[in-house]
Amino acid sequence: MALKIIVLIKQVPDIEKVRFDVETGRIDRSSAPAEINPFDLNALEAAVQIKEKVGGHIIGLSMGPPQAVSALKDAMARGADEAILLEDKMFAGADTWATSYTLAAAIKKIGVYDLILCGEKTVDGDTGQVGAEVAEQLNIPHVYYVSRIVDFNEKNITVVSEMDDASYTIEAAYPVLISVTKDVNKPRLPTLKDKLRAMKSEVKVWHASDLDGFVDLNCVGYFGSPTNVHKVVIPQERYRAGKIFRNLDEGLEDILNLLRDKRLI
Amino acid sequence: MEKSYKNKIFVLTEFRGEKFHPISFELLGKGKEIAEKLEGELCAIVMGNHVSRDSCNALIYYGAERVFLYDSQLFSEPNVINFKHNLVKLVQEEKPDIILIGATHFGRSLAPRVAAALKTGLTADCIDLEVDEKGELIQIRPAFTGNILAHIKTKTKPVMTTVRYKVMNVGKMDLERRGSIIVREAEEPIERNVKFVGKYGVRKLNIADAEVIVSGGRGLGSPEGFNLLKELADLLGGVVGSSRTPVDEGWIGKEHQVGFSGNTVKPKLYIACGISGSPQHLAGMKDSETIIAINVDPSAPIFKVADYGIVGDLYQIIPLMIKEIKARKVNKS
Ligand SMILES: Cc1cc2nc3c(=O)[nH]c(=O)nc-3n(C[C@H](O)[C@H](O)[C@H](O)COP(=O)(O)OP(=O)(O)OC[C@H]3O[C@@H](n4cnc5c(N)ncnc54)[C@H](O)[C@@H]3O)c2cc1C
Ligand SMILES: Cc1cc2nc3c(=O)[nH]c(=O)nc-3n(C[C@H](O)[C@H](O)[C@H](O)COP(=O)(O)OP(=O)(O)OC[C@H]3O[C@@H](n4cnc5c(N)ncnc54)[C@H](O)[C@@H]3O)c2cc1C
Repeated sequence: MALKIIVLIKQVPDIEKVRFDVETGRIDRSSAPAEINPFDLNALEAAVQIKEKVGGHIIGLSMGPPQAVSALKDAMARGADEAILLEDKMFAGADTWATSYTLAAAIKKIGVYDLILCGEKTVDGDTGQVGAEVAEQLNIPHVYYVSRIVDFNEKNITVVSEMDDASYTIEAAYPVLISVTKDVNKPRLPTLKDKLRAMKSEVKVWHASDLDGFVDLNCVGYFGSPTNVHKVVIPQERYRAGKIFRNLDEGLEDILNLLRDKRLI
Repeated sequence: MEKSYKNKIFVLTEFRGEKFHPISFELLGKGKEIAEKLEGELCAIVMGNHVSRDSCNALIYYGAERVFLYDSQLFSEPNVINFKHNLVKLVQEEKPDIILIGATHFGRSLAPRVAAALKTGLTADCIDLEVDEKGELIQIRPAFTGNILAHIKTKTKPVMTTVRYKVMNVGKMDLERRGSIIVREAEEPIERNVKFVGKYGVRKLNIADAEVIVSGGRGLGSPEGFNLLKELADLLGGVVGSSRTPVDEGWIGKEHQVGFSGNTVKPKLYIACGISGSPQHLAGMKDSETIIAINVDPSAPIFKVADYGIVGDLYQIIPLMIKEIKARKVNKS
């Protein structure tokens, strides 16, 4: 048995470095290096672990600007056998609906697959919507918030999904889409040898014309998107008293007063 | 005479076990406010198993004019496809303008499927909803790990939104309010579905419900540190929280984790002990009413969001706090 696995990968800015312009609300993406969305590393690691057990073929799939090739090379260093970047000016400015429409079109073109893995959410757009929207467009089931892969065989996979009231064990027949949380595994770092191999390997780039027959171009990018970001504001941080004490005896009185005011003691 | 409305607003309630998740009433509170501005009709949708009529009446008291009730074992588990199928069908018949869904794990798993099926826009995890002068909904949501607030507009109908728990106000209950309960037959979808084979770890703790949270980070140094935090939390009627590090180390369960990949909380009082204040941690707690930070490092970023901070070793400070609080409790009684 060999499973065909597609891992959805988004390139995002390193969120600890990215700068925001408080006046204009502009996000200066050039201020931070780009990397694979952290939760997508968990998705990729899950795919690699499955492949190690039963054999398989892993495709990393991303939609993004030309620079996203580097994220996909990184994915190949971490175990993807093949990588495809959907890149076209027409795809730019997509919301989650248009993103998932375009990703689903590419997956239809790929044709045969058993499992699609993605991250819980991204650190930039942060909606967590793309996975389920892809699944709906492909007419396959999805399981969200997966913290554990319990078992799998050639027909189905059993996972634990963290819902609000409890953890649920769910069995799903392929094809199915699964979105993982950071608890599912600890992603390994690629070795130098892996990195060198990946540097030489090729990332396929598909433009809008390559998806001919699978997309209606009115449904992609900014113009195909039902939502748009109307405005961005950098939130005013709440006012904080900011009383910092270097010795407890001074601070304790204030804190005890606060606890009393809040009727906690 | 039938009242005529210019708009229709749907609220998807969450019926779990034997009662409604509190997000249901928060959604009704916001939904009612929007309905008043848009001269709209507010409708609640209930999909659950063994739902009593009384509990549906409560939705009317909180503002729903019509309640669509689906009572079926198809909804005994959070099986998204069963909910999606019936919700999409209802939306196609009733054509609401706006749909509000809770941004719980369940809601965030269901809503995108419904939006994709309806070919409409969906805004995630909103913390506010406003109606602008054109009568359009402005959906406000944090993004970039809580660093920005995006205002989102939707061009398609219905406008769909998931709304974060504990940010909207529950409206006033009015026992005089009358409305109708419309019972609908649930349909089993024919599309391929997953199988629910087990359920465990029923959550005793929803940290988002706590009024006081005493959280520990890597600075605790060991799992035993949480015993000390628990003692303080108990005295204040609160619960114990954690940064990601202790959860990853296995010192404490992940239901305690606060932050971007854990819970978002907004308690009356948040006490951060041995937590540096990474952007991912702040994303989950910086809207707390009052924040106290205890950290040995005066340059730790957590002090930037703190109302009160004490620079020092938590193992000296917390026992002293506990002692003083206990002393006062004794004096009082
Ligand atoms: C500030 C801001 C706010 C936004 N708010 C909304 C909103 O409320 N609603 C909306 O519809 N759109 C919104 N968008 C647009 C949205 O961010 C983009 O559509 C983005 O391409 C995908 O959404 P996401 O980053 O939220 O992904 P998520 O849905 O959070 O991603 C989940 C997983 O899907 C996969 N994935 C996501 N994007 C890609 C990709 N491009 N290629 C391959 N795999 C991918 C990854 O595995 C990822 O872990 C917003 C954009 C910005 C900048
Ligand atoms: C995608 C992603 C998601 C993430 N999600 C989350 C999340 O949900 N929640 C989260 O918390 N983090 C999250 N993180 C991790 C985050 O980046 C930080 O690594 C983490 O918050 C650090 O935890 P900490 O503050 O406990 O540890 P550290 O940063 O190591 O801080 C420990 C602090 O303890 C202080 N200290 C040490 N000893 C003492 C003492 N005896 N008394 C008092 N103070 C002491 C130190 O001065 C230091 O400031 C995420 C990261 C990523 C990439």
